[in-house]
Amino acid sequence: MISRKPIAVLLLVVLPAGFAAVWGLQKSLDRQLAAVRQERDELVLRSGRLVNVLSLEYGTFLADVYWTRTVQYYGEKRVRQEANFDLLAPLLDLTTTLDPHLVVAYRFGAVFLAEPAPRGAGRPEQAVELIQRGIANNPEQWRLWQDLGFIYYWELRDYPKASQAFLEGSKRPGADEWMKVLAAKVAEEGRSRGVSMFLWAQIHDSTKDPLIRKNALNHLQLLKAEEDRERLDELVQQFVQRFQRMPQTLEELVSAGLLRGKAVDPQGYPYVLGADGKSRLHPKSPLAGEHVGNSAAR
Amino acid sequence: MKHAGIVAWNTFREAVRDRVLYNLVFFALLMIAAAVLVGQISIGIEEVVIVSLGLTAISVIGLLMAVFIGVGLVYKEMDKRTLYALLAKPVHRWEFLLGKFGGLLLTLTVNTAAMAAGLFGAMLLVQPALKAADLCVLIAVYFILLKLAIVVALALLFSCFTTPLLAILFTTGLYVTGVFAQQIRGFGNITGSRTLDAVAVWFSYLLPNFENFNVIAAAAHRRAIPGALVLQNTAYAVIYCAIVLAAASVIFSRRNLK
Amino acid sequence: MTGPAIEIEGLTKDYPVGFWLAKKKRSLDNLTMQVERGEVFGFLGPNGAGKTTTLKLLVGLIFPTAGTARILGQPVSDVGMHREIGYLPEQPYFYDYLTAYEVLDYFARFHDLTAAERRARVEGLLKKVGLETAGKIQLRKYSKGMLQRVGLAQAIVHNPQVVILDEPMSGLDPVGRREVRDIILELKRDGRTVLFSTHILSDAEMLCDRVGVIAGGTLRGVGAPGEIVGLKAKGMEILFELAGGSGGAAIAAQATQTGNRYRIQVPEEELFGALEQLRGAGARILAVAQVKATLEDYFLELVGAEGAQGAAVEVSGR
Repeated sequence: MISRKPIAVLLLVVLPAGFAAVWGLQKSLDRQLAAVRQERDELVLRSGRLVNVLSLEYGTFLADVYWTRTVQYYGEKRVRQEANFDLLAPLLDLTTTLDPHLVVAYRFGAVFLAEPAPRGAGRPEQAVELIQRGIANNPEQWRLWQDLGFIYYWELRDYPKASQAFLEGSKRPGADEWMKVLAAKVAEEGRSRGVSMFLWAQIHDSTKDPLIRKNALNHLQLLKAEEDRERLDELVQQFVQRFQRMPQTLEELVSAGLLRGKAVDPQGYPYVLGADGKSRLHPKSPLAGEHVGNSAAR
Repeated sequence: MKHAGIVAWNTFREAVRDRVLYNLVFFALLMIAAAVLVGQISIGIEEVVIVSLGLTAISVIGLLMAVFIGVGLVYKEMDKRTLYALLAKPVHRWEFLLGKFGGLLLTLTVNTAAMAAGLFGAMLLVQPALKAADLCVLIAVYFILLKLAIVVALALLFSCFTTPLLAILFTTGLYVTGVFAQQIRGFGNITGSRTLDAVAVWFSYLLPNFENFNVIAAAAHRRAIPGALVLQNTAYAVIYCAIVLAAASVIFSRRNLK
Repeated sequence: MTGPAIEIEGLTKDYPVGFWLAKKKRSLDNLTMQVERGEVFGFLGPNGAGKTTTLKLLVGLIFPTAGTARILGQPVSDVGMHREIGYLPEQPYFYDYLTAYEVLDYFARFHDLTAAERRARVEGLLKKVGLETAGKIQLRKYSKGMLQRVGLAQAIVHNPQVVILDEPMSGLDPVGRREVRDIILELKRDGRTVLFSTHILSDAEMLCDRVGVIAGGTLRGVGAPGEIVGLKAKGMEILFELAGGSGGAAIAAQATQTGNRYRIQVPEEELFGALEQLRGAGARILAVAQVKATLEDYFLELVGAEGAQGAAVEVSGR
């Protein structure tokens, strides 16, 4: 025969009032804390080996934690449009030391460590180092050779080394046939749009990581747009030859029968014609303003 | 209230005689070793490393004490039946709970204060004198204490209706979840279902948000901590403890002591 | 104030049992009784009879399923009423790291005593329970009997009107039992009410104004020890010696032999005839005494139906 009144008071008064107060306080606390933690780019322990020792037998799990943190770090930086990715290398280093078989981390590093700002840290030499460690730890992963060759090809523009990497990779069991072809083609021609597009397509198709895929797709679209614009510029030249004047708009190419329908970029925005007679991306297209990175090859 | 004070004092006295404070020796050794070693290996950032290491140690040691002593506070008295004689005195059960809470909090305060003194001693080994900016280290210690108060309240709540082992599991589980409360809120879409996600966000506001009290990074770099944060964190801890202790009192007051 | 010290009406307690705590086990069933002021009341019963349950209900450690109980006119759910009661739990245990002095001082602090009063009370009590010298030793070094004494001391440290003692004699040696008996009698002299439980009948017989017998959760009888027992006279006992062996006397064959002494029980009306027979057989009569039925007999009779084996009754305390 105990009174039930305290339960009622607890459920109807104490808990609702208390949690309402907690809720309200949390809102203002969030604001205060945001000020204190404006820049939390801190990594106290940078030595992967030390962390590995400290993590006892849970290194693999900790690697996953660090991997998540790496992706978050990269994502936040991109959203905030900050150009410095100083912690990317140490984070990847920690992650792969804790779990040397986390292949996705190496591949992530191959792309985003190597790419220049704002896409990445612009440190291709660190990317090469990371991938080489990955290859040493995971000799069966021929895709890592593809990534190594890719860094040499795309960022470092060292075509003999790139070709060599593709050739090495092609010798690994299970490697796709095209690796051999790619090795020969890069050795012979150096940079070409075809190879670039092929490589980005391979990166896109061979991973499930959404950030890597999105980045590769973006590159592919830029390359495609570049190709489109070259083609449009040729058509403009043909127009000039035929009519002895510059077209005012690209629509004139259509009415002249040179172009079948309206020309749009991979994002669906129509190309426009500049005053100098060169085609351009539509200013509102997401692709506009992005650097294609392939131009030096031409 | 007077009765709660008597219980609290006794709890503190028992903890002291139980050699609980011996952990301080371990902390002192750690700080001395760190002060010496840090000078050797990390040139230029000794002051940063010593503070982050010291605060982390204070937090971890405090948490271990709060959880492991906290879950035994009530259970031990029920198990050993020391509680029977006590409750036959004119003592309300909520007074007993409040006293137990206060007693462990007092123990933790003394313990934390001693560790903080040790930390400042170690800081003096690597820097010539204390600066005004070092006040933020003291605030960080205070925040750790606030966090420990909530942990003790939770441990006490669970120990009112379950075994110590389960109480440890529940308390640490809630602590870890509480540390990630911010993240849960930030995810936005966890499950893909809009209702479930709204529930998750709601839930994250009800969890004790232990990240509120983590200013170790700011303290390590001697970044100023706004006074409003100190006030709000204090209010947060007080209110949260009050809720948990109220719930614990209601549960415990209905419990049959077999 | 008048009225009984303790009034219990229809007190019932069910404990949930089983893994899911879905089943109920009734450990006290509809108990109604009263303890008068200034009375020493013995609560008798085998282990598991419901004695401890009743006492815990009175002190508010557990809550009744049904029924009410009042002490000095106050409901037992009123914690303020605890100012007037003292309680010794069964097999008491106190904080290991405190000395007996500190434990008593700790408990005394919950009552409105000045520091000087407290000190005087605690020191006096330690002397009374024979722990004068051990008072400064931590309790983890105490024997069970010493803890029992500390428990008794804490129960009366605030001079309560009503003292409730759960098995106060258990764990004590004969000297300790004697001391506890003296304390209970002293409390009675001071006009206090004492309710204590025991499964040791001799203690109850010696101390109590009234006893209540409980078994299987129900009250089986209440009354003065003599009143309950006096109902049945059990006859006479004759102690005699036979010089030359049993000598073929028919009556000696029914007697219990110890060395060359014999003991025999006969109904009162047959005493004379029996003595004649013995004398005829050449026996030397040593003593003739009336055999009183004891509480034990009463007890066994009451409980017997449910199985006397289950009822672990100690006739004396070892």
